[in-house]
Amino acid sequence: MSALVLAEHNNAQLAPATLNAVAAALAIGSDVDVLVAGDGCRAVADAAAAIAGVRKVLLAEAPHYAHALAENLAPLLVAQAGPYEHLLAAATTTGKNVMPRVAALLDVAQLSDIIGVVSNDTFVRPIYAGNVIATVKSSDAKKVITVRLTAYDPAPATGGSGAVEAIAAVADSGLSAWVSEELTKSDRPELTAADIIVSGGRGVGSSENFAIIEALADKLGAAVGASRAAVDAGYVPNDYQVGQTGKVVAPTLYIAVGISGAIQHLAGMKDSKVIVCINKDEEAPIFGVADYGLVGDLFKEVPAMTEALSK
Amino acid sequence: MKILVAVKRAIDYNVKARPKSDGTGVDLANVKMSMNPFDEIAVEEALRIQEAGGATETIAISIGPKQCQETLRTAMAMGVDRGILVETEVETQPLAVAKLIAAVVKQEQPELVILGKQAIDDDSNQTGQMLAALLGWPQGTFAAKVTVADGRAKVAREIDGGIQTVDLRMPAVVTADLRLNEPRYVKLPNIMKAKKKPLDTLTPEQLGVDVTPRLTLVKVAEPPARKGGVKVPDVATLVDKLRNEAKVI
Repeated sequence: MSALVLAEHNNAQLAPATLNAVAAALAIGSDVDVLVAGDGCRAVADAAAAIAGVRKVLLAEAPHYAHALAENLAPLLVAQAGPYEHLLAAATTTGKNVMPRVAALLDVAQLSDIIGVVSNDTFVRPIYAGNVIATVKSSDAKKVITVRLTAYDPAPATGGSGAVEAIAAVADSGLSAWVSEELTKSDRPELTAADIIVSGGRGVGSSENFAIIEALADKLGAAVGASRAAVDAGYVPNDYQVGQTGKVVAPTLYIAVGISGAIQHLAGMKDSKVIVCINKDEEAPIFGVADYGLVGDLFKEVPAMTEALSK
Repeated sequence: MKILVAVKRAIDYNVKARPKSDGTGVDLANVKMSMNPFDEIAVEEALRIQEAGGATETIAISIGPKQCQETLRTAMAMGVDRGILVETEVETQPLAVAKLIAAVVKQEQPELVILGKQAIDDDSNQTGQMLAALLGWPQGTFAAKVTVADGRAKVAREIDGGIQTVDLRMPAVVTADLRLNEPRYVKLPNIMKAKKKPLDTLTPEQLGVDVTPRLTLVKVAEPPARKGGVKVPDVATLVDKLRNEAKVI
């Protein structure tokens, strides 16, 4: 039994999410190979080959793989799928975009966002915003899977000695082209990898007011997140969103500020180790999941907390 | 150009789902059902393209039991011209749904199919991508902005690091993310008008699609519950507890 994991990268560096997907593949008990498709991405393949537990790396290089377009990656995965029973990717926006296309081309179902492996054909995944945990068995010969990052600790990035094998590219589909990217630049930790997250909601009130959230985050060395309401209101960019359809996080400490705690937000953070909330409405549902709740005006309490941490 | 938009009848987004006590499924008895919120955004986008002169007809499709007619009527009350129900009592999974929509696409020949990026019940986030694969079309998933002109669709996509823009050769599949638009409210006179709009019913057999589920639900369970927390009186206590009790800072 063997598994192929689609590596996520920017042609220069392997994305850490790949390590979590490899960990899930190892949990199935398979020999694990990694597919690196990109343009000028040999360094990424070498990094993937060094992941503990990886048997070999398949490297496909072509200009039309530079931006991980699903229309080009899916046929490549299908061309390589033959020997593998499991095809996996991290449940990032890249994995979510590419893998269902692979599954349909193979005429198999996909298992999205798995959080557990029961056996080689049975997996655990959250449904209904995480309010129900389903155990699901696949009857297909091949299983296409995306892996929820918070459910698996990353496989060690070093210790492996897999071989890198160059494979042939599939021709450019010509269906789609990459135009541009506007990536949010930040010196703070990445949201899905942060130990501490400070998130703001509608209660923060404006883009300018988010400065108090950021000041607390910087004092703690934390990432900054947001509820859907704050993103919809334009206070922060879309990639800050934590929730059912945004990013799912499970940091050691999650501080929710001015967030009421809608089902959709809780779905993205309730597996955090310690949850703190600061909210003026003591009836807000967020208090129901918080380990420590502080009822108060966030404009007073958050700066006070930032100051208290300086002492 | 025609636009096909897919709408799913799903649990209302304000309702918290619970497993049945015997663990065989989700308890949906007497639960409020609505159009999947992402599909409302998909419908709105189709209508905006049509109202801007970019489409001649918008068609909504829904797959599932007879009650999905209500979901289609909602889409028609929003402004969609007509509806197609593919009626089945079988639990339809994303691959089967994609095959059914693909079969209808071959009949209706739309240039653009818009779907919600994911349904809030099974949280699969698969159907649009699968449909694009089956049709051999490009896919603009998690769309935050769609511009259609000269046989191309430019789609700004919400990705983990920010926004990515792709250029797609049409016909194409687009899946709607939260920030694509704000769906309109349905007005009462339009609900009345929608009752008179055409609604065709097809079956998977008529479309020649095998909808047998590939995934079997073994069991469902509640997620692990969080222990009740405490309220702290002030910031000093909070910081003290985080430092000395939880030991997380």
